[in-house]
Amino acid sequence: MAVIIKIYRTKVFVVLCSIFMLVSLMPTSAHATGMPQLDFRNPLVNGQVIWGCVIFLVFYFALSRAMLPRVGRVLEDRSKRIRDDLDIARKAKRDTDKAIAELQQARKDALIEAKEHLQSALEEERLATEKRIREVHDRLKAEIDEAERDISAEKERALGSVRDIAYETTQLLVKRLVGVTPDNQHVQEQVENAYSRHLI
Amino acid sequence: MAGEPSINTFGQFELHPLLGSIGKALCFSQAPLYMMISVGVVLAFLYYGIKPAAIVPGRFQASVEMSYEFIHDMTMDAIGSDGIAYFPFIFALFFFILAGNYIGLLPYQYTFTSHIAITFALAVATFTLAIVVSIKNQGLRFFAHFMPEGVSLFLAPLLVPIEILTFLSRPVSLAIRLFANMVAGHVMFDIFGAFVVMLAGFGVVGDVCAIGPVALNVALMAFELLVGVLQAYVFAILACIYLREAVAH
Repeated sequence: MAVIIKIYRTKVFVVLCSIFMLVSLMPTSAHATGMPQLDFRNPLVNGQVIWGCVIFLVFYFALSRAMLPRVGRVLEDRSKRIRDDLDIARKAKRDTDKAIAELQQARKDALIEAKEHLQSALEEERLATEKRIREVHDRLKAEIDEAERDISAEKERALGSVRDIAYETTQLLVKRLVGVTPDNQHVQEQVENAYSRHLI
Repeated sequence: MAGEPSINTFGQFELHPLLGSIGKALCFSQAPLYMMISVGVVLAFLYYGIKPAAIVPGRFQASVEMSYEFIHDMTMDAIGSDGIAYFPFIFALFFFILAGNYIGLLPYQYTFTSHIAITFALAVATFTLAIVVSIKNQGLRFFAHFMPEGVSLFLAPLLVPIEILTFLSRPVSLAIRLFANMVAGHVMFDIFGAFVVMLAGFGVVGDVCAIGPVALNVALMAFELLVGVLQAYVFAILACIYLREAVAH
């Protein structure tokens, strides 16, 4: 297609050159004495058109074949470079965004995991504390029970000796007050009687 | 009357053979020489400007790239996607005219765009290219453009000649616009310059009065710099418009 366009443009220019020459060689009577531009009998006036045709043709081909493609290549290279750099920048941005998203997700996951760990640790600690409390409670209960048993036993033992003390004290008091030693049997019966009525 | 000062404003447009008898035989005048210089300047500008081919361009390279993109965008915007095939032609047209106009503004230089033969040849080249492209793309439907759609056939004998005349006036208007602008500018330069020389003969008063024409010439130079690029742009954009009509199916 490009070759066809080139051939076409060349043909067009050959046609144009022919027209230039025809125009330059066209006989005319429009000779003005004032303006040298209208002195078409002067061969230099017509000759400059032919020269112009050749020079313009050379100029056109120099531009179309060499200069303009060169400038176009420089501009194309630059725009390609800018495009590539933009693509790299966009890719870098995408990667950065992805990395930021991954980082944020990792942070979220880590936070959730940390919370779970914390929750688990707190639960374990709570259970351990409860267990320790229970153990302490059981131990204290056992100690209390043991102490209560000791107290009960001591109380029983103390209460068992209260009769003897009451009996001896009664005998001693009667003897001191009355001067007669009371009958042991009678004192014992009275102490038992008072004890049963919770007087002692 | 002999001896009286006169202003030969058209003398600057006269062509003289260069290179002696060879130049005379080859009809080689200052016009082809300045065309070669213009083309050489543009090619050198492009060659040395783009030579560094740097990714980050310097000022010179950036100016070349801006020139390229300016014409490229103008062509593509005006013609469309098919415009790329005509981009070198439009670029050549614009810079050929621009360089010719600007080199002609330098002192003691010649402006080849001030010759209607040159501007008309460029206009005919553009016009012919547009016709060739039109016939290639549209075939015989190209001739249907001379009869506006929806118009009664009774008006055809009146409208078709008017349309044909309008169409044929395109290269004439292209050629005369550029030629007339260049000639007018250089004639005014010459007239005001001659005023300065003439006023110099009147002593101190003349010297003081000569400030006016000098100032006018300075302002005119700025104006001609604008006209130079504007005319090149107008020529190129009109060529694009004609080609857009030609590539339309």
